[in-house]
Amino acid sequence: MKTIWLHMQGYRNLPDDFRDRYESIWVTAPNDELVDPELVGQYLHANLEELRFADSMGFDGIGTNEHHQNGYGFPVSPHMTGGILASWKSDAAICLLGTTLPLYHPLRVAEELAAIDCMSGGRLVAGWPVGSAMDTCGVIGLPPDTVRPRYYEAHDFIKQAWSRPGPFPFNGEFTKQRYVNPWPRPIQKPHPPIWLAGGGSVETWQFAADMDYTYNFLSFGGYKVAQRQMDSYWSVVGEHGERDDNPYRAGYAQLICVADTDAEAKRLYWPHVKNFYDKSMYIAPQFSVVPGYTSRASMQHMMKATGSASPFAVRKSTAGKLVAEPSWERFIEEGAVIGGSPDTVAQRLEEAVRRLRVGHLIAIMQLQSMDTELTKYNTKLFAEKVLPKTRTIWDDEGYVDQWWPSGATRNQPTAAETLTGAH
Amino acid sequence: MMDANVNNIALSGGFSQNPVIADGRGRPLVYLHGLFGQEWPAYLADLAKYHRVYAPVNPGSEEPADLRLLDGLLDLIVYYDELFEQLGLEQVDLIGHSFGGMVAAEIAATLTHRVRKLVLIDPLGLWRDDAPVGDHLLVSPEQRTALLYHDLSNAEVAARLSEPEDLAESQAGYLRSFSAMASTAHFIHPIPERGLHKRLRRIKADTLVLWGAQDRLVPPVYAQDFARGIPNASVQVLDRAGHYPHLEQRERVTAETLRFLA
Repeated sequence: MKTIWLHMQGYRNLPDDFRDRYESIWVTAPNDELVDPELVGQYLHANLEELRFADSMGFDGIGTNEHHQNGYGFPVSPHMTGGILASWKSDAAICLLGTTLPLYHPLRVAEELAAIDCMSGGRLVAGWPVGSAMDTCGVIGLPPDTVRPRYYEAHDFIKQAWSRPGPFPFNGEFTKQRYVNPWPRPIQKPHPPIWLAGGGSVETWQFAADMDYTYNFLSFGGYKVAQRQMDSYWSVVGEHGERDDNPYRAGYAQLICVADTDAEAKRLYWPHVKNFYDKSMYIAPQFSVVPGYTSRASMQHMMKATGSASPFAVRKSTAGKLVAEPSWERFIEEGAVIGGSPDTVAQRLEEAVRRLRVGHLIAIMQLQSMDTELTKYNTKLFAEKVLPKTRTIWDDEGYVDQWWPSGATRNQPTAAETLTGAH
Repeated sequence: MMDANVNNIALSGGFSQNPVIADGRGRPLVYLHGLFGQEWPAYLADLAKYHRVYAPVNPGSEEPADLRLLDGLLDLIVYYDELFEQLGLEQVDLIGHSFGGMVAAEIAATLTHRVRKLVLIDPLGLWRDDAPVGDHLLVSPEQRTALLYHDLSNAEVAARLSEPEDLAESQAGYLRSFSAMASTAHFIHPIPERGLHKRLRRIKADTLVLWGAQDRLVPPVYAQDFARGIPNASVQVLDRAGHYPHLEQRERVTAETLRFLA
């Protein structure tokens, strides 16, 4: 199994009474009251230091994502961070999970990602989520029903820009370009691995199966929430007919907190876990369930699942509250956090990834308010005592990761080893 | 829906049918609904005593795929041109409320021969930085109610806001307004201004602009902007009414409408 150390790049210092004062962590939390540019500068440097540390500790990949006007993560441009990561000498993959395609002119995405791939020697994973309702409809203000059509069109544009000889014309509904002819094109042929990332919509599972892409379930609910989603994903893959059950078709995000003992993990991390869920998951339902972004079919499904007429009735009372009475033990039990001693973490992780059948673990090891020292401690313990155990998951079954960037050679079998099966 | 009938009107070009509600006899009158979907309020039943009233649904409300056939307002105007044709209507009196008011003004400015008289009730379509139009979409139900209504004890308003006892009925109602909001947001999100101020000058029909004095979604200051932009327009601002004066001051709005259309 591959492990990617992902940074959410959040604002580390939110007031304790955040929930009482504001309606949502996303879209409207007022910048003038909450955001200090000096601190933002410090945090951005800390983020890079932590990513660099993770790189040095031997993770298979490092990465970041994209969100806007949001306290728990404002990695504004993953390409900007990706450019910095690409400038470091390394053999780790750079996993950008990912670029919110509907927000951009797709040529810009094609060029910038190609530049990162060129600069890094073919280490790029191009992650392409459709984008959250908050970012697409709430912040940028796209008409909700156009988000997915824009996404598919941008996807087609970029793939063509990377693989068709230029110049050629592209006549789309949203993008019309007479001469598509980007100069940087990726080193990886025909193109860098494309990973999808989502929160569980049927259309995205189908797209992953159709296009033969990896699908990553990115929630902060942990592996028990992920189970239902990934089971559905695998059944879509199974129904496709031409796709195998290779676990590298899937990935999922998990909050991970490692310490010397289980008790120490609770002492060190519980305040940060609590802080994260109290504030970061506090998203107003009117920003997350938007007519047209959420399809009528999905809304019907949601009504059936909740037994309610309006999602607001349910979500208002539970917004940001994963469990009724939050405690470290409850979060561990629900699987939202995998935390404890290295042995505990390794054992729970193996159980989770085997049940979900995922080959790519997106490890979240810096939680909003955690400082660099604690982040490094978490990362180091994981790298030294957990990673050696979890790395070999799926090896015996002989699955090959066809969705890994060719230039990311770290921990990869050499060509000779692959040929003789000796890895 | 009272005594009104639903007529499924076929359209070309791959569109689904439009279930137009119609009732009454007399000179034809078309009512374009607001942000939250097709309606047949008592106001229309009153008008149907003197007119043949048609209330179509914004395309995409019933069948979301229809929105893929409508890139913008021009496509929507062409859509209504065909709908009028299919209804056998050469020239109509056109009433538009809120989002429908914006569409009605666009139709009147483009298909100038089609509209005899125009009534705009708290229409969208213009923008002032000193009095921004509110956001009806990305708000909680409570915030939305506060934006739309002046008097929650008004019987018609209370009826709209009451939740049906039956869960299935309640879910169906929620889903209807959810799809309707998606269909109107398609044309106006996130700011309901698409250049109408440049086209108002082309409206040839006599126009009556009606506005709720307590409209918090589209402040009444916009009434004067519409009146200034449209060559032959008069304004009535109605006290004790929010974004739905035809609900909250129904008798007055009905009387003003009938007097104007006579």
